[in-house]
Amino acid sequence: MTTVHAPVVEARGLAGGYAGRAVWSGADFTVDHGEFVAVLGPNGAGKSTLLKMLLGLLPPLAGELSVLGSSPRRGSPHIGYLPQARNLDAAVAFRGVDLVGLGLDGHRWGFRVPTRPRRDLLDSVTEALDAVGASGYAGRKVGEMSGGERQRIMLAQALVSKPRLLLLDEPFANLDVRHQSVMAAVVAEIAVEQSLSVVLVAHDINPLRRVVDRVCYLAGGGVAIGTPDEVVTGPVLSRLYGGPVEVLTDSRGRRFVVGLEEETAHPHGATRARILEGAVG
Amino acid sequence: MNFAARHLLASAGPVSSFSWNLLADLRQMLGYAFMRNAFEAGAVVAVVAGVVGYFVVLRRTAFAAHALSHIGFAGAAGAVAVGVIPLWGLLAFCLTSGAVIGGLGQRLRERDTVIGIVLAFALGLGALFISLYNGNSNEAISILFGEILGVSSGDLLLTLVIGLITLAMVATLYRPLLFTSVDEDVAEARRVPVRMVSVLFMMTVALAVAISVQVVGVLLIFGLMVTPAAVAERVSRSPGQAMLVGVVVALGSTWLGLAISWYFAYPVSFFIITISFVAYVVVRVASWAKERAVRAPAVA
Repeated sequence: MTTVHAPVVEARGLAGGYAGRAVWSGADFTVDHGEFVAVLGPNGAGKSTLLKMLLGLLPPLAGELSVLGSSPRRGSPHIGYLPQARNLDAAVAFRGVDLVGLGLDGHRWGFRVPTRPRRDLLDSVTEALDAVGASGYAGRKVGEMSGGERQRIMLAQALVSKPRLLLLDEPFANLDVRHQSVMAAVVAEIAVEQSLSVVLVAHDINPLRRVVDRVCYLAGGGVAIGTPDEVVTGPVLSRLYGGPVEVLTDSRGRRFVVGLEEETAHPHGATRARILEGAVG
Repeated sequence: MNFAARHLLASAGPVSSFSWNLLADLRQMLGYAFMRNAFEAGAVVAVVAGVVGYFVVLRRTAFAAHALSHIGFAGAAGAVAVGVIPLWGLLAFCLTSGAVIGGLGQRLRERDTVIGIVLAFALGLGALFISLYNGNSNEAISILFGEILGVSSGDLLLTLVIGLITLAMVATLYRPLLFTSVDEDVAEARRVPVRMVSVLFMMTVALAVAISVQVVGVLLIFGLMVTPAAVAERVSRSPGQAMLVGVVVALGSTWLGLAISWYFAYPVSFFIITISFVAYVVVRVASWAKERAVRAPAVA
């Protein structure tokens, strides 16, 4: 590194959860300038909770958290956010460009007045759409787009305010495996181009394997952080889950996390393997 | 309210026979003050309903709008019972309940149940108020089905003022309202006051409902607030376009309905609702046919 940047995110002894009840605790980690971090873990492990804390929508239950040099505050234009996908009725009269434009000035009162700043605004929208490769269909209704197309529009919306930190909540949900990898590549490419730090919540490490720098694995109330090779391993995950877990690697390097349920859990069954991460090839 | 007009229409059968000289007919029609008031009030209400309707449809709050009008019924009936003009009762009840519904938040299923419960209670209250007024059923029917031909000059002015306030509120809320409608999570993260926007929007709907009730009545509010917007949604791509088309459909139904009622002595609201309904059916059939035409080559 030629220049020294302060960490974009810094957490010390951080605990997260709702209504005073911790879902996970004891998290110490940093996200460095330009770093791509994947947050993994089973359902209900508190992955989205972590994102909401970074956005300033939830306070930390314990510990310290700093985002871009200060405690997280709602409404920072330096943070781009792509939430979990919601369905929009196909008929809704709302175009991709309208959605991206809201990312820039949707928080302002009144309507957009056609003046000079509007021209600059349209430039930013076009730029963001080009960056994600969605210019070709941004004039269509959002409700008529495929899941992958809509995710790119949402990504453009998150990028349009030129953020320094990008937070993505399950951007691969509802995408088939090919589109998952494409989306991961698009995010990684943009992150490098715009020297963005990325925190991406996902279920499955495989589409991200080639693009992430580090993994933050949440399970069983604990947190493990490190490179995928350090974290997505049998011993580390067994300790997190508090039970025997194996990580299988296939011929193409994809990893599958498999939990071994002991006879004690199912008195009438034999030992069974259960795939903890939904990973299909 | 002025019942002379309705009685005039109801007693005389066809008020005017169709002459093929539409211009002369129109001149004759507009020679009556009650018809001029009706056209003008109808125009104000159609513009407001077309614009507000876009957001009602976008936010999937049609049921809430429907409930507001029923709650308004209790207010209007209460106003009649205490000898005030119904519009004041409508405004008071709609605005209060609009604020409450808007504040309830986005947990939709719970909201549907709560709204339904309040709606039923409001209708019951309305029935009580009507009977307290010694049961003038004319008044009840005009609240339920609209009385656009009974709009006085004073009503017209009040309608215009409320209509302008409604449009000003939409203009002020415009971007945050769109943002919270299509993308609430991001809007919240970007510091948009989601709850406040929701409350202010439902109060805007309340104002729009209150003035629309004069035209189509409590029971047929859907025909002006929802149907034109639903037509517009299908044929438009952008919000601005959808609002414009919604206004055109609402205005077309209202004015055409009024004009037809000049020749046939049936309720104006029936004609207005029927025209907007036909527009909706036409658009649905057209888009279905278009889809089929697109798919057909692939099948063959």
